[in-house]
Amino acid sequence: MWQAFVRWFHKWSSPKWFYTMSQPWSFWLGWAATLIIATALVWGLLFAPVERLQGNSYRIIFIHVPSAFLSQAIYAAIAVLGLVGLVWKMKLAFFVAKQCIPVGASMALLALVTGAIWGKPTWGTWWEWDARLTSMLVLLLLYLGLWALHNAMERPESGDRAAAILALVGVVNLPIIKFSVEWWNTLHQPATLKFTEAPPMHTSMLIPFLMAILGFYLASMAWVLMRTRLEILQRERKSRWVEDELNRFSEGQ
Amino acid sequence: MGAFESFSAFLAMGDHGVYVWSAYAVGAAVIAFNVVAPRLHRQRLISDHKRRMRREQR
Repeated sequence: MWQAFVRWFHKWSSPKWFYTMSQPWSFWLGWAATLIIATALVWGLLFAPVERLQGNSYRIIFIHVPSAFLSQAIYAAIAVLGLVGLVWKMKLAFFVAKQCIPVGASMALLALVTGAIWGKPTWGTWWEWDARLTSMLVLLLLYLGLWALHNAMERPESGDRAAAILALVGVVNLPIIKFSVEWWNTLHQPATLKFTEAPPMHTSMLIPFLMAILGFYLASMAWVLMRTRLEILQRERKSRWVEDELNRFSEGQ
Repeated sequence: MGAFESFSAFLAMGDHGVYVWSAYAVGAAVIAFNVVAPRLHRQRLISDHKRRMRREQR
């Protein structure tokens, strides 16, 4: 049993095996994400009823909350992958972790910008240095720091290790983001979705809301996968199979 | 039309049209970045590879 697991792990941690097997995934993930996000946003913008207190500005929630979720989930994934890479010296984990960075950073930026836009009609201000907003800005800065570390190192392997360590240190920011709305007085409303309570949302708002979250998850997975496949080609370009693959691309173009 | 009386009411979003549509425009830009960036990376990989091949032939 254990040996079977080790064999399975070794097979999937081989960049070549992963590259070969993952070919159809990004295609299907991408199409599923496109359909689900399109349905969710048309539903959220056009068919979901207007909110009693906030009027139509609440419709920003259908992109604000999914992007905020993803920016944190992707950060957690980077930290776990970094740990796996450091402990088991697994190249592929580092490749995935690196290519998570731009996707996660774009999600953090989207959450911050849509939050600022939503804040204006709701709170009367674009920005306030309160706990939730500041800790989300720190998350974006962590992403930028991770990317800068990768680019600063001459050897990509050093960048992998340095970024993994920074990612692990930065994990303390995740509970701060989550509990910031409870620990401090903040403008930000508490979490809409809780595991312990029924959601305080009408079904006609809740369904597109949950679909949007699912769609953002699938889209982010597709984007990270596409990027990881290219990272594999770039980092393994001296091996024979990558050269064959690039030759095939060059002829196809 | 859905939750709105007319198409112009849909565009106006009460008096929140500017906020809703600018937020969705930023969302569209972020999605476009994530779709386009890997394509550009792929093209760069291929052109680098071609240059390397040409150099080796000489």
